[in-house]
Amino acid sequence: MKDVAQIRADFPILSRTVNGQPLVYLDNAATSQTPQQVIDVIVDYYSRYNANIHRGVHALSQEATDAYEQARQKIQQHFNIAASREVIFTSGTTHSINIVANGFTTLLQKGDELLVSAMEHHSNIVPWQMLCERTGATLKVIPMNREGELRMDVYHELLSENTKLVFCNHISNALGTINPIEKIIEVAHAVEAAVVIDGAQAAPHVKADLQALDVDFYTVSAHKLCGPTGVGMLYGKSEWLAKLPPYQGGGEMIAEVTFEKTTYADLPHKFEAGTPNICGGIAFGAALDYLNGIGLTEIAAYEASLLAYATEELLKIAGLKIYGTAAHKTAVISFNIEGIHPYDIGTILDKLGIAVRTGHHCAQPIMDFYQIPGTVRASFSFYNTKEEIDALVAAVERARKMLS
Amino acid sequence: MDIKEIQEDIIAEFSMFDDWMQRYEYMIELGKSLPLIEETYKTDDNIIKGCQSKVWVHAELETDKLVFTADSDAIITKGIIAILIRAFSNQKPKDIIEADTLFIDKIGLKEHLSPTRANGLVSMIKQLKLYAVAYQTQLK
Repeated sequence: MKDVAQIRADFPILSRTVNGQPLVYLDNAATSQTPQQVIDVIVDYYSRYNANIHRGVHALSQEATDAYEQARQKIQQHFNIAASREVIFTSGTTHSINIVANGFTTLLQKGDELLVSAMEHHSNIVPWQMLCERTGATLKVIPMNREGELRMDVYHELLSENTKLVFCNHISNALGTINPIEKIIEVAHAVEAAVVIDGAQAAPHVKADLQALDVDFYTVSAHKLCGPTGVGMLYGKSEWLAKLPPYQGGGEMIAEVTFEKTTYADLPHKFEAGTPNICGGIAFGAALDYLNGIGLTEIAAYEASLLAYATEELLKIAGLKIYGTAAHKTAVISFNIEGIHPYDIGTILDKLGIAVRTGHHCAQPIMDFYQIPGTVRASFSFYNTKEEIDALVAAVERARKMLS
Repeated sequence: MDIKEIQEDIIAEFSMFDDWMQRYEYMIELGKSLPLIEETYKTDDNIIKGCQSKVWVHAELETDKLVFTADSDAIITKGIIAILIRAFSNQKPKDIIEADTLFIDKIGLKEHLSPTRANGLVSMIKQLKLYAVAYQTQLK
């Protein structure tokens, strides 16, 4: 990978201080930081060609439309998606999942079963529970083992001809587990169930080939991959997207409107009612360019070295326990120290300029599984360094001494 | 002492600390040392669920004064509870209703009372005031 010092120079925020200490940003699983190259694209948009897209005949509108549609193509290429109409711009993963969950309301009936993994973010649980309430379908849980790996044997047993949908994250936000989605998709298809993969945590670390995966739906949030907040993607196979009714009504998503009847626009616009986050979409494309400039393979290798080093160093701290020790995981470390509340550790780390997340990470079922109130989660990115890990370890040790 | 005098005392105590480390060490000590609530009162009825830490609050009227006991599963939250209870407990409901929490800002712990912090403390203060309002009505 390119020299990390050079990479860090791309991120203005990384040189700021917090509570008088140099910032050590280890909350990347919550949101990633933004490189100057992406910030420049945002500034350029508002400085030079801010306009509403698709409907205008004037030059600015055309330029904005071209840039927005180019971004859609970049996303299509990056994820190896068959057609750009299968790329729906959304406000992020939560929005993407809700489009699918809402769409299935008319396709499900009582007796149908939905399978959810035990390690989902609330955003990949609650919309499906709401769908079950609307349709009378049942939600069943694919359990996990103590290491934080899905019990594939139980998954096989749960699958039946009643299974209509399976949803699972590609990578767990709370544990870092990389789920065997290839296998999950393959066996779900054997019973003709559709599979929705939440790719929010995977996109900054793994280059997913959606055609090779043969996945039915895949979701991404731009702010996890060096892009801005409030924009993301829903990928859906066009045959599925054609079956689903629109999520929101409004402008942009229509073909013809009369008071008697409205016909809907073709894909992708059917699911893109209203003026979208135009600048965000363009910046999403720029963020992918930035990541590809460094290389996701190189990023994954570097982050794996950070994970190995951080795991080894943190485990030297007395009473420290790591939750999520899957054989295949990304650079996320969820931990607790015996007898100390994660919130207390997080508070002391913040005072020392170290940004981590504490709490249940919007995955309460995982915390219930381990019978803990939450964890401290340090999540690493390609711009983090071994020196930052040393600072983390020293700070956790200091917090332990203060709190025990 | 009335609430204002206690708050001034607390501000004076905290002004002796040179840096955040000393302030936090003091709070952690407070959190560890005080038996803040009887186990029988740590019920679901008395719980305030913050996203980050849990807080339990119990109130009892002793003649014309309201006595609070409370607890938290996080020690720093518990330390702040100890400070809040010192200021608000054993006071008349009317005085509790009228009191503010600006002294928390002045001792450099403002961030812990941010509504977005989700540690249960903001809800706890609201709860203390609600108890005061309820018992004030009862006293009348």
